[in-house]
Amino acid sequence: MELSAFELLTALFIIVLAAFVGFEVVSKVPTMLHTPLMSGANAVHGVIVVGAMLVAATAGGPIGIVLALLAVILGTINVVGGFVVTDRMLEMFKKRPGERG
Amino acid sequence: MELRDVLTYLVWLIASVTFILALKFLASPRTARTGNLLGAAGMALVVAWTFFTTDGMFANWWIVVVGGAIGAVAGWLGAKRVAMTAMPQMVAIFNGAGGGAAALVAVVEFLRDTDLHPGELLPLAFVIATLLGAIIGAVSLTGSIVAFGKLQGLIASRPVKYPGSQIVTAGLFLALIAIGVYLAAVSPSVPLFLLFVVLSLILGVQLVMPIGGADMPVVVSLLNSYTGIAVAATGFVLSNYALLIAGTLVGASGAILTQLMTKAMNRSLFNVLFAGFGTGGDVAAAGEEGEEQLREIGAEDAAVLMAYGKRVIIVPGYGMAVAQAQGPVRELMDLLVAKGVDVQFAIHPVAGRMPGHMNVLLAEANVPYDRLKEMDEINDDFADTDVALIIGANDVVNPAAREEGSPISGMPILNVDQAQKVIVLKRGRGTGFAGIPNPLFSAENTSMLFGDAKPSVEALVQGVKSA
Repeated sequence: MELSAFELLTALFIIVLAAFVGFEVVSKVPTMLHTPLMSGANAVHGVIVVGAMLVAATAGGPIGIVLALLAVILGTINVVGGFVVTDRMLEMFKKRPGERG
Repeated sequence: MELRDVLTYLVWLIASVTFILALKFLASPRTARTGNLLGAAGMALVVAWTFFTTDGMFANWWIVVVGGAIGAVAGWLGAKRVAMTAMPQMVAIFNGAGGGAAALVAVVEFLRDTDLHPGELLPLAFVIATLLGAIIGAVSLTGSIVAFGKLQGLIASRPVKYPGSQIVTAGLFLALIAIGVYLAAVSPSVPLFLLFVVLSLILGVQLVMPIGGADMPVVVSLLNSYTGIAVAATGFVLSNYALLIAGTLVGASGAILTQLMTKAMNRSLFNVLFAGFGTGGDVAAAGEEGEEQLREIGAEDAAVLMAYGKRVIIVPGYGMAVAQAQGPVRELMDLLVAKGVDVQFAIHPVAGRMPGHMNVLLAEANVPYDRLKEMDEINDDFADTDVALIIGANDVVNPAAREEGSPISGMPILNVDQAQKVIVLKRGRGTGFAGIPNPLFSAENTSMLFGDAKPSVEALVQGVKSA
């Protein structure tokens, strides 16, 4: 669990670069797609379900297991609901694009 | 490094790239859906890989399978069943679930590590990241629940404040900092850590309750960003780069989106969070004053005006969403277009309750998206327009925004008042969501058509058919 300076610095690099990517990517999204964007980003942080799985794997004792189970449930709701609802929104934009332009 | 670990890093890399592409492809409606599916595929890959390669999963696999099944059914049903108008609430709930999961992961991790190293101080970076994950995740959870309640109408949508509420908030912050410092520097006490989590949950409620319902989309966007940060923090704790990258990506993009939204309302984030906008104090008085000056128009007359005009601009607002009037609106558009009328839609960046909310609804009704114009694109065209048809929009067309001294002063608005004729479809005589009187309604070239948006538009459709 002890983190080396190298690991800390690597994490710092990742955070700074990922933040820049986030800024850049979102600036190019048109207003009309902002609701799907919010929803799509919401689905992406559903990756927390992976974190929930990792703590579930090492969970011991009734309290740990209950909390891990709850984390997996919530994380899965986030990821499944997030992607499905975003897909539903975007499906509408795809119907008959450019018709009667 | 074992081969399995190398592959794990590569899986994280692939997943991270698909997440970035999911957001990047949203730059155009044509690629957006593909991007989302790509992101989902990347997610499926990293979830499957984690399930099959993690040490210890063999003993506890059932937690993941049972939890995953429950969560998948709940998420799937919620996402499939929700009406398009209730989308903002749904996003709030999914976001709250993510925040709650992040907080729980931080809690389990903290409990496990204090158990493994009893009586020892935990590494500082680890404690800081765990506390960040717990506090931000918990705030996101309860904050999202309050936002959901306000959007759904379960909790009063007006700003809820009580005397001394700011002192309570400040007190909560101070207590959280004090406990955090103690946990990091003196002793990682489990009861204190749990108190930390409970106070964080209270903080989420405390922060969102004083914000008015009209500002909830901004709040949802901000909480979305928070959950991203909480996920990144837990990713750091677990040394998992997929979480770290995805969380940071969402944290940053959510922050930018929030800023774009507040900018569209010409307000600062600080103003949104702390000003208690739309308290509605002087609404009643102003409403009574303007009432008798309103001119009404019948649906047939309004239909004739549009059918024989050259250009009609439709301005949809939240009223169209609640009435589910997008289908009839599209029918109206088709009929007018068939009569040779140039029909466009003017979409204000904050029309409805989320940016792009109107676009989603109109796309649902098959209105081609090249007829949907953003504010800057269409604002100069109103002067050259015969009829501006306003369907349940209010604050975004309120000329009071151009004057000093109104709560919405400076907010960019659609210049509908420059059209020859303005027809306003409105449910009742009340003021908008922001609770501000609208001088447009009593303007000389404005006529009101009162009633629920759906029957009103249907009456217009009938009128245009017989015109």
